[in-house]
Amino acid sequence: MSTGRLRIPSEANTAAWFFLAPALILIGVFFFLPVAAALLLSVTDFDLYGIANPRNARFVGFQNYSRLLGTSEFWNALRNTLYFALVGGPLTIAVSLGAALLLSSKLVRFKGLFRTIYFTPFVTTLVAVAIVWRYLYHTRYGLFNYALGGIGIGPIDWLGDPRWAMPAIILMTVWKSFGYNMLIFIAGLQAIPGELYDAAEIDGAGAFRRFISITLPMLTPTLVFVAVVTMIGYFQLFAEPYVMTQGGPLRSTTSVVLLMYEEGFRWWRMGYAAAIAFVLFIVILVATLIQFRFQRDRT
Amino acid sequence: MTSAVRHDPLPSMRGRERVVRTLLYSLLVLGAVLALMPMIWMVSASLMPSGQASSFPPRLFPSRVTFEHYVALFTRLNLGRYLLNSAFVALVVTATSLAINSMAGYAFAKLRFRGRDRLFKALSAGLVLPVQVSMLPLFLLLKNLGLINTYWGVIIPGMASIFGIFLVRQYALAIPDEMLDAARVDGASEFRIFRSIVVPGIVPILATLSIWTFLATWNDFMWPLIVLSDESHYTLPVALANLSGEHVQDTELMMAGSVITVIPVMLVFLFLQRYYIQGVMAGSVKG
Repeated sequence: MSTGRLRIPSEANTAAWFFLAPALILIGVFFFLPVAAALLLSVTDFDLYGIANPRNARFVGFQNYSRLLGTSEFWNALRNTLYFALVGGPLTIAVSLGAALLLSSKLVRFKGLFRTIYFTPFVTTLVAVAIVWRYLYHTRYGLFNYALGGIGIGPIDWLGDPRWAMPAIILMTVWKSFGYNMLIFIAGLQAIPGELYDAAEIDGAGAFRRFISITLPMLTPTLVFVAVVTMIGYFQLFAEPYVMTQGGPLRSTTSVVLLMYEEGFRWWRMGYAAAIAFVLFIVILVATLIQFRFQRDRT
Repeated sequence: MTSAVRHDPLPSMRGRERVVRTLLYSLLVLGAVLALMPMIWMVSASLMPSGQASSFPPRLFPSRVTFEHYVALFTRLNLGRYLLNSAFVALVVTATSLAINSMAGYAFAKLRFRGRDRLFKALSAGLVLPVQVSMLPLFLLLKNLGLINTYWGVIIPGMASIFGIFLVRQYALAIPDEMLDAARVDGASEFRIFRSIVVPGIVPILATLSIWTFLATWNDFMWPLIVLSDESHYTLPVALANLSGEHVQDTELMMAGSVITVIPVMLVFLFLQRYYIQGVMAGSVKG
């Protein structure tokens, strides 16, 4: 950049800090400081007595972590969250990519209209649509079972059966969020030079072949970006089970964040909950690094 | 989408093209129906007389249209209050974060000061931290400041965002240095330069950022749920989640509440979608 060209005038230096101060103070005090404090909190037994008087909290080392890793409750929540992220994530990405490919076809018109329609679920309020879907999933009166009944499939107890509750939440999430990734894929597809396709077509490559040999490799950076962003978001699953199932049935939809919320803000076991939050952070970090490594190995 | 010139297709290809096109449109229309169906049913059920949404076979449209559930929400159930709470919180967060993020984003893009790049890197590292990690201590901090169960407890943590600073910085990088230096030579103060040269130059990204922030704040659930304990302070999503516990059986009422919650963000999106979509694209391509 042009840093070397001019000497830094001290006035500009002062002005810069004036422009930065509000943002840095706010982000520092209300984000970075709490994150650091969370690390401290996670090695104390801070609970309801601690809220009354912080002096009641004692240092307990890694006791919260060892207790956490020793409970089936935590492993259950982690398993549910992984299920949601590892099934819901790829499914969302597949639907997004499919929609983006449809909307990028030369044969299709009214692209703007379809794009708007597909994107609309993404901007809606999660709590509101979760409530709507709860009724759509109703075993007896819901539209889904009615439609399934039409093709001869018996009623499914979507939100009351531990085997179906998570798939139900995943389906709703795919509907809600595929539009966002779709837009990113459309931008990625536009960036692929049309000559590549023309050349392949002249060489006699069919549509499927062109997709495998041109579209997918050219789209890999976009795919990795989308995969990482989607997965980070999905690991933070909270409102859907909170509203639709309260974590049930039989804790089958209790996510890590929901467990943290319950421990920290319902039972006020804040030291323990802080440990849950950090384990979540580490899981997300590891998953992110794996995906970036995966990309590097492939290219 | 692609600018490639198509060759004159042979007659047989034209027939095949028609089949493919029909197939594509069928898929697109099916997708559109699936995408819109939950929203359409929500609006339709909210207009049904009590009990009609829970009938077998399920009804798609009301036998007669009634607004009784909307009336009940606004008269008995205080929904007007929650609507105002949501609007107030979302507008204040949008306005303040717009000013604060744009100043910081501009400084990172265009002002030269010691430690700039290192500071920016440190800030970017914060993007990998899930916000939930900060929530427990933040709650205790706000409690000490007496901000729990106030609007400010929701507003203040949203007033600056790393992502917003990022977005503005990317855009502001394109402002020519010569323009700023010329204004400096003319004796304009740094704040004057910001106000009369920088801000007009980054209006599109400010539009994107404000829509983005407004929708995100309006839709936010977890943090308001934690901070706002008193019903009179509830935002719409919190009130709706609370209401859905008490009124599980009142399908039509809950649908009306969902409509009220969703309609404002839908309108904002539909009227300003150009800017919103630009933001999604801008946020991704650089990533």
